[in-house]
Amino acid sequence: MDLRKIDDNTWEIPAEGEMKVPARVYASARLLEDIRRDQTLVQARNVACLPGIVRRSFVMPDAHQGYGFPIGGVAAFDLDAGIISPGGVGYDINCGVRLLRTDYAETDVAPKSKELLAAIFEEVPAGVGKGGVTKLSRAVLRDILTRGAEWAVEQGYGRREDLERTEESGRMKDASAEDVSERALERGIPQLGTLGAGNHFLEIQKVQEIHDEAVARAFGLSGPGQVLVMIHCGSRGLGHQVATDFIETMENAFGVADLPDRELVHAPFKSAEGQRYYRAMAAAVNYAFANRQMIAHWVRDVFARVLGSAKGMDQIYDVCHNVAKVEEHDLGGVSKRLVVHRKGATRSFGPGRPEVPTAYRAVGQPVLIPGSMGTASFLLAGTKDAEALSFGSTAHGAGRVMSRHEALRRFRGEKIRDDLARRGIELKSTSWKGVAEEAAEAYKDVDEVVRVSNEVGLGRVVARLVPLGVMKG
Amino acid sequence: MERYRILPHTADGKFQAFGRTLEEAFGNAALALASLMWDWQAVEPTVRHDVRVIGVDREQLLVKFLGEIIYLLETRQFLLARVERLRIRREPGGFALEAVLAGETLSSRHELFGDVKAVTYNELKIEACDGFTVQVVVDM
Repeated sequence: MDLRKIDDNTWEIPAEGEMKVPARVYASARLLEDIRRDQTLVQARNVACLPGIVRRSFVMPDAHQGYGFPIGGVAAFDLDAGIISPGGVGYDINCGVRLLRTDYAETDVAPKSKELLAAIFEEVPAGVGKGGVTKLSRAVLRDILTRGAEWAVEQGYGRREDLERTEESGRMKDASAEDVSERALERGIPQLGTLGAGNHFLEIQKVQEIHDEAVARAFGLSGPGQVLVMIHCGSRGLGHQVATDFIETMENAFGVADLPDRELVHAPFKSAEGQRYYRAMAAAVNYAFANRQMIAHWVRDVFARVLGSAKGMDQIYDVCHNVAKVEEHDLGGVSKRLVVHRKGATRSFGPGRPEVPTAYRAVGQPVLIPGSMGTASFLLAGTKDAEALSFGSTAHGAGRVMSRHEALRRFRGEKIRDDLARRGIELKSTSWKGVAEEAAEAYKDVDEVVRVSNEVGLGRVVARLVPLGVMKG
Repeated sequence: MERYRILPHTADGKFQAFGRTLEEAFGNAALALASLMWDWQAVEPTVRHDVRVIGVDREQLLVKFLGEIIYLLETRQFLLARVERLRIRREPGGFALEAVLAGETLSSRHELFGDVKAVTYNELKIEACDGFTVQVVVDM
C-alpha cells in the first residue's frame, strides 16, 4: 500500500481506484508499526470509498482493526449525497467516559481505599450477564431512550449541573424510541445502571501531573494528588442490538454485493432506513448517558457514606467515543452540516464552539482518554486546529495490540492483581479471566498515543491521571 | 472430528467451526461462541429454547442464529450446553433455520468470563470443502 509520510506524525494514502478521498493517519513511526500489523489501513481505505465522504478518511493514533470501519476511525459525509453506517459507529453505541472531580486528596482516601472500592463494587452492578437494580417497564425505558440523562436526574440520580457538563447535555434530541426494536428493548430492560464487562471499568484516580495549569483550573483540577473518578461504559445490550438490527435492515434494503466488507453496509443518510437508524442510534446514545448518570450517582453515594461527604464531586465532563452526529464544519471556506462518524474516537472541539459547555468555552472541551487497566489516563482539551485536522476528533484510549486469546495464554488475572497491589493499586473484578484479557501489555502505550495527539494538535494535554483503585466488570 | 478452533484476533473473538454438514458446522459455531463466554461442557441440558431464524443468505442466517445465543443469555440468563435438531432449509427469499437450544439458567455454579456484544460479518466465511467450515468474528 502506498503510504506517504507528510511529517513525523502524519501519513497519507493517496486517493486511488475507488477511493473518493485520501486516507490520513495520525501516528508516530512507533504507533504506525502496530497499526500496519493488522487491517486498519485497508479498512481506512475502504471507508474512503463510501458515497458522499468529504475531505478524508481519518485514522487516530490509537487505531486498530475493527469491523468495517477501523476502531479509531473518523469520517464525515455530506447530508444529501452521503451515508450513515452502523459500522461507522460500532456495536457499543455511545461507549464513553465520564470524569468526576473531588475535593479529596490521595492522603484522605488512602487509608480507606480498600473499603471505598469494595463499597463501589457492591453498589455498581458489573460483569457479564449481570442485571441492574431497577426493574423497568417498557414505558419508562422509552422515556429514558427519549430523554437520556435528563430522565436520570429527574429520578434523583445526580445533579442538574451534570447535564451541562455532558456531551449533547446528556440527551440527543433526534432520538426516537419508536425506531428501537422489541428485542433491543428486551436486552436494555435488565441492564440499565450496569457497568458491563470487557474493557469497561470504573477507576478511582489521582492527578499525577498537570501539564497546563490554567486549563486544569478551568476543568476543576487543583493539583497533583487530587482524587478523581473515571467511569467507562456504554449502552450495553440495547445498543449492540440496535447496531445488529440496522445492519440487517440495510443489508436487506440495499444489498451487500458491492461492498468490500459486509460490515461497511450503509444507507443514504436521508433515506428512510438511514433516518430510522440515526434516530434509534440516538436513543441508544441516550440510554448510555442515563447509564453513566446512574453509576456516577452511586459513586457519589459511596464516597458520602465512606468518607463523610460527596461535596465537590462535580462532573468534569462526559464524552461519547462511538457515535454519529450532525455537526457544522468548515469545508473549503463554507460552513456545512455533515454527519460525522466517530468510532473509537473522541470529539475534541476547541474554544468557541457552541457545543462546548459555557464553563469551558474559552479553553475548549475536556477530552477524556482512558488508558488500559492499571496504567495512566489523560485529560486533554479540544483544539481549534482539530477541526481542520480531523473534524474535531482525537484518540479514545490505548487501543489493543494483542488478542484476548493471546493475553489469556500469557497472563493470569490473580497475578495482575498482586502486581497492582504491590504498586498500591487495588483491583476488584467479577472475573480473573476478564482481568487477564485486559492486561496492560495487551494495549498500546497510552502515553505515546497522547503525545502524538498533543504534537499534532488534535488535543492538548492538560493532566496525567493514575489509578488508585480499579473496578472491572 | 474437531468441533471448532479459536483463532487470534487483535480486539475481538474469532473462530472457525467445522461439520460434515452445514447444520453440524452451525451447531459447532454455537458452541464455539459459547466457549468465549462460559464452559459449555460443564452446563447440563435441563432447559430448552426453540429458535427459528430466517436469513436472505447463509451468512445472515448464521449471524442471526448466533445472535439468539447472546439474546437468550441477556434476557433469559440462558447458558447453552448443546444444540439439538438443527435444520436448515431453503425458503422463498432465503433460508430458514430451526433448532432446540438446551442448557441451564445461569447460577453460581457457572462463571461467565467473556462478554460478546455482537456477531459481526467481518471476515465471515462459509466454505464447503470436505464438509463445511464457517468462520466468525464476534465483537467483544
